Amino acid sequence: MASQSKKVLMDPLFNNNPIGLQILGICSALAVTTNMTVSLVMCLAVIFVLCLSNFFIAVIRSQIPSNIRIIVQMTIIASLVIVVDQILKAYAYDISQQLSVFVGLIITNCIVLGRAEAFAMQNPPGIAFIDGLGNALGYSVVLMVVAFFREFFGAGSLFGVQILVPVSEGGFYEPNGLFLLPPSAFFIIGFMIWALRVWKPEQIEEDEFEIRPNVNKEAF
Amino acid sequence: MSNKRDRDSVQNIIIVAFSVCLVCAIVVSAAAVSLRPLQQENAELDRKSNVLQAAGIFQTGVSIDEQFEDIETRVIELATGEFADHIDPDTFDQRRAARDPSQSQELRGREDIAGINRLEDYSLVYLVRDDNDDLEIVILPVRAYGLWSTMYGFLALESDLNTVAGLGFYDHAETPGLGGEIDNRNWIAQWPGRKIYNDDGEVALRVTRGGGVAEEHHVDGLSGATLTSRGVDNMIEFWMGERGFKPFLENLRGEES
Repeated sequence: MASQSKKVLMDPLFNNNPIGLQILGICSALAVTTNMTVSLVMCLAVIFVLCLSNFFIAVIRSQIPSNIRIIVQMTIIASLVIVVDQILKAYAYDISQQLSVFVGLIITNCIVLGRAEAFAMQNPPGIAFIDGLGNALGYSVVLMVVAFFREFFGAGSLFGVQILVPVSEGGFYEPNGLFLLPPSAFFIIGFMIWALRVWKPEQIEEDEFEIRPNVNKEAF
Repeated sequence: MSNKRDRDSVQNIIIVAFSVCLVCAIVVSAAAVSLRPLQQENAELDRKSNVLQAAGIFQTGVSIDEQFEDIETRVIELATGEFADHIDPDTFDQRRAARDPSQSQELRGREDIAGINRLEDYSLVYLVRDDNDDLEIVILPVRAYGLWSTMYGFLALESDLNTVAGLGFYDHAETPGLGGEIDNRNWIAQWPGRKIYNDDGEVALRVTRGGGVAEEHHVDGLSGATLTSRGVDNMIEFWMGERGFKPFLENLRGEES
């Protein structure tokens, strides 16, 4: 049992990362990763929502009628997200302003509904909670790495603390504005997936089509 | 098998749907109600810090409430420009007033330069006085429709009631990177020192690309954000004009001199 929970917790970090392998939750990974503080709060919000939604759905999984199960799952997820949003507005107003709609958009984050449907509907609450935690951490790892590169190269700071002094303030560092724009997150996630698949070659998908060399020489 | 059928029965569907909704509704409303005072406090602090920032007197590290103590908040009647002290500025909700037909008027066609649809009868103003109780800065809430959204901001005027002391927007949804650059410090920095009115008392400040306007009345528009810049231009024209704060500013000028 202990080894099973460990596997459920650790697998989504690298072996079966929701962003790295399943390519889910990309939207928020592009939008909220310009700054590590904001990303951290987003990660905490997702951890809270994913753990609890998995837990509550697992608790009532044997009561949920299968033909309205998605609606029931969405209701629970949406309620948790609203609670998180309200808490942020009350205790972390500045950050909630920066996160703006993206807290609300956790509702549509495929990871949350995906775990509810794929795991919490079939498993008891305890292990479902751990599965939620594992997947949320897998998401968080990617977000924090992306945010690290974007904030470091885009603004020369980490967690808002200036590390490389930009030229505009008399330093030497010319901030790379590209890193503050969404496409840079695409590049960074792309490179991360590349690195992950070099490290774990079993994640490489098989080609859907094999391109054969052209053997017909009569055409030209 | 029987368990499976029970679970999918119409009765069970209704029971589960109803109880899930009930529990979720209670949780959500409990969170919303219990956290509301804190949220309102935050929104209030945010608005105050925007007022301070527009006026250019915001100091980091000093509590916002403390800084705001020096600022006098008053309500004025826009049409006459008189102070309306029968309205408590602490409870006056200007945004709600602008939507309420009993506290606002509809603007039609040419009147509605700023694209705001309705103009409230009363408005908040913020007065900053120096140690001798002389007027130092007047901060006026302004708004206009840009490209996508109504841009809400504060315009601060110096004691001559003509020179801009600062401008800041606290709520808008313009395109990030283009129209959203109205928040850019470098662009905002153009505003202080510009004059609103010309010698004839007409609104002369323009936000345009390129020249054709005297330097002291000219703010360079944002490139790639023509409609947002035009919105800001309209905002100045409307709110500094007869329907806006002009009567109030004239009264104030008479009073102070």
